[in-house]
Amino acid sequence: MLLNQFLILAAALFALGIYGLLVRRNLVLILLSVELMLNAVNINLIAFESVFRSELAVGQVFAIFVITVAAAEVGIGLAIVIMIFRNRRSANVDDLSLLRW
Amino acid sequence: MTVTDWITTPVNWVFAIVALAVLASAFRVVTAKNVVHAALFLVATLAGSAGLFLILSAEFVAWVLVLVYIGAVIVLFLFGIMITRAPTGYDESLDGDRKIWPAILSVTTFALMTWASLEAFGTRAVSNPGEGTDTEVIGIALMGRFVVPFEVVSFVLLAALIGGITIARRDLTPAEEEERTLV
Repeated sequence: MLLNQFLILAAALFALGIYGLLVRRNLVLILLSVELMLNAVNINLIAFESVFRSELAVGQVFAIFVITVAAAEVGIGLAIVIMIFRNRRSANVDDLSLLRW
Repeated sequence: MTVTDWITTPVNWVFAIVALAVLASAFRVVTAKNVVHAALFLVATLAGSAGLFLILSAEFVAWVLVLVYIGAVIVLFLFGIMITRAPTGYDESLDGDRKIWPAILSVTTFALMTWASLEAFGTRAVSNPGEGTDTEVIGIALMGRFVVPFEVVSFVLLAALIGGITIARRDLTPAEEEERTLV
């Protein structure tokens, strides 16, 4: 197994996440695209760990941290989406132009 | 390592199948016209990633991914979709009108990252495939060298929990507030 096959797969996932982030207009779907990008980072961390094999399994420990922070991010993000939906009856980012200059 | 070597290694077939499934479902996550379908395709993507972690002999992280993401985060997403009573059926307005620039940007990012990793690592192989990681090592690392980040992350989770409840809770109107204090 080559290291690059994992890195290129992660790059493809990250690029798909960027595409979704920019194209999607629904807040929940934007959060889903962010999850894709975070997952690409995790694949990279695990792949590097299995190449460099540190004594403390640093790559895997950091992947666990990334997963934890992603869970916190989803919790807060969905709370904000629910709040916005309750106030404006819409989860579409084009309708949220209140702060736009 | 030549192409023949790569093809004749059975674990690479497993990788190729899992990678294709991951990419196909990730593509559907960003293109599906139904919010619920997009969330469920993310389940497939994450399950495939857990499979990749197993191939890379990171068993503990793979099951953490399954538990936390598929077990909790996706359920939270589905709750969020249902609770907001957002249109759950087929919906054309989920995507913006201009797709060409995001597509160009993401293809450029992919090309740049692929080029960089090919330059940097070439045909470097994964060392000792199939040799599992001791979960004990991860536990000792988390409680020893990384105990401060570990505690910080748990504090972040607690803060996110309380913040999420505070943000999502419906504020009572003055009349309801009065009613509640009377009871």
